[in-house]
Amino acid sequence: MIADERRSLIWWAWVGDHLDEIWQRTVEHVQIALIAIVVGSLLSFVLSVVAVRIRWTFKPITRVGSILYTIPSLALFGLLVPFTGLGLLTAEIALVSYTIFILVSNTVAGLDAVPAPVKEAADAMGYTWWRRLIAVEFPLALPAVVAGLRIASVTVIGLVTIAAFIGNGGYGALINDGLQRSFPTPIVIGSVLSVAFALLVDGLLAFALWALTPWRRRL
Amino acid sequence: MAATVVNTISGAIDFLLTPENWTGPRGILARTQAQIWISVVSMAMSAAIAIPAAVWLAHRRRVPNLSVAMVNLGRAIPSFAIIVLIFPFSIRFGFGLGFWPTCVALVIIGVPPMFTNAYSGVASTPRDMVEAASGIGMTDHQVLRKVELPVALPLLITGVRIAAVTIVATATLGAIVGYDCLGTYIVSGLRRGESGRPEVLVGAVLVALLALSVDLILDRVERRMTPWNT
Repeated sequence: MIADERRSLIWWAWVGDHLDEIWQRTVEHVQIALIAIVVGSLLSFVLSVVAVRIRWTFKPITRVGSILYTIPSLALFGLLVPFTGLGLLTAEIALVSYTIFILVSNTVAGLDAVPAPVKEAADAMGYTWWRRLIAVEFPLALPAVVAGLRIASVTVIGLVTIAAFIGNGGYGALINDGLQRSFPTPIVIGSVLSVAFALLVDGLLAFALWALTPWRRRL
Repeated sequence: MAATVVNTISGAIDFLLTPENWTGPRGILARTQAQIWISVVSMAMSAAIAIPAAVWLAHRRRVPNLSVAMVNLGRAIPSFAIIVLIFPFSIRFGFGLGFWPTCVALVIIGVPPMFTNAYSGVASTPRDMVEAASGIGMTDHQVLRKVELPVALPLLITGVRIAAVTIVATATLGAIVGYDCLGTYIVSGLRRGESGRPEVLVGAVLVALLALSVDLILDRVERRMTPWNT
């Protein structure tokens, strides 16, 4: 009887008994993903500004970003483990490096698409380049930036599950546990919650863009 | 700290310089071959599913929102989740460990980029071009074959390249559900703790090189097949 339930896709009694553990894994997953998204966004913003201001750096930055992006996650973790060991630092370095390519190419594309007359108007009003960037160009580039941020966030949240293999928590730890015991329930719970979390963040970012760009709604 | 790093790197170099590690059923060559093999099988299957369906639907201009939905779906569901979710089913229905759960997951991962790109490629054919083609007496089939498919080719090939790179990269994760491939070095090395570190590094370097070479080679192929595009 118990053996039978154990083999079913979801054994709800187990879920009920392990709500604490599931909550703890949720907190860990959110933390790991959030750090990577925030650090990745800041780093990518700096790199994008550098790429826009000093044009020749754009190609090398995106080239390195795309190489990092092409390296499979498990391999990137494996490459870092000898240097940074198991744990959070290794996971974050890999996760942040996955965001750079998507974020920088989207942000630069967004900044490039700002119409020249708008920039000239800002210059004519005496804006410094930094103020023009923050007050004029960045808001206009926001749709492209957020589009990149959505892809990067969804990617990172999915990849956090793999970070469990190098000693991190999160939903990947539930999945791992299930795999090692051939016990489907934690596998299903871990994957489904990870996908749900990704979709939630995707939706929140779409809403944030809508809320932040009132001028687009009247078009 | 520095000593461990040096030990790991020299251990990895020793590993690579030992001929026995290259040959045999669990050698580097066999595992590279296994990773390429499962990728080729999965690519063929997902191309067979995605491309004809996308081309036909786009030719009829049906379900325009499906291709957008496909991209979002492909992005939202992480490949690792697909592999582990298929795993319990595979065990239950007697497909066992290893090849099949990985292959099914890879097929699912390969479909969205190929479907979306083939669809938007065909659908991007300008209306007046299609009308001109039927105006000079082309049949419906000829319009598809002589006008829409050539127009779609660059995007279609890009879709194939993206799918192939994603599949060969994701095949690494098959090691977690028991498929013996290059990823096995990483997974089994991590399980062995400190003593497995050189193996992890070897696996990571080989997997990274494989993914980057597939990307580079297919990029060249893409450029060669669509010279007008550059």
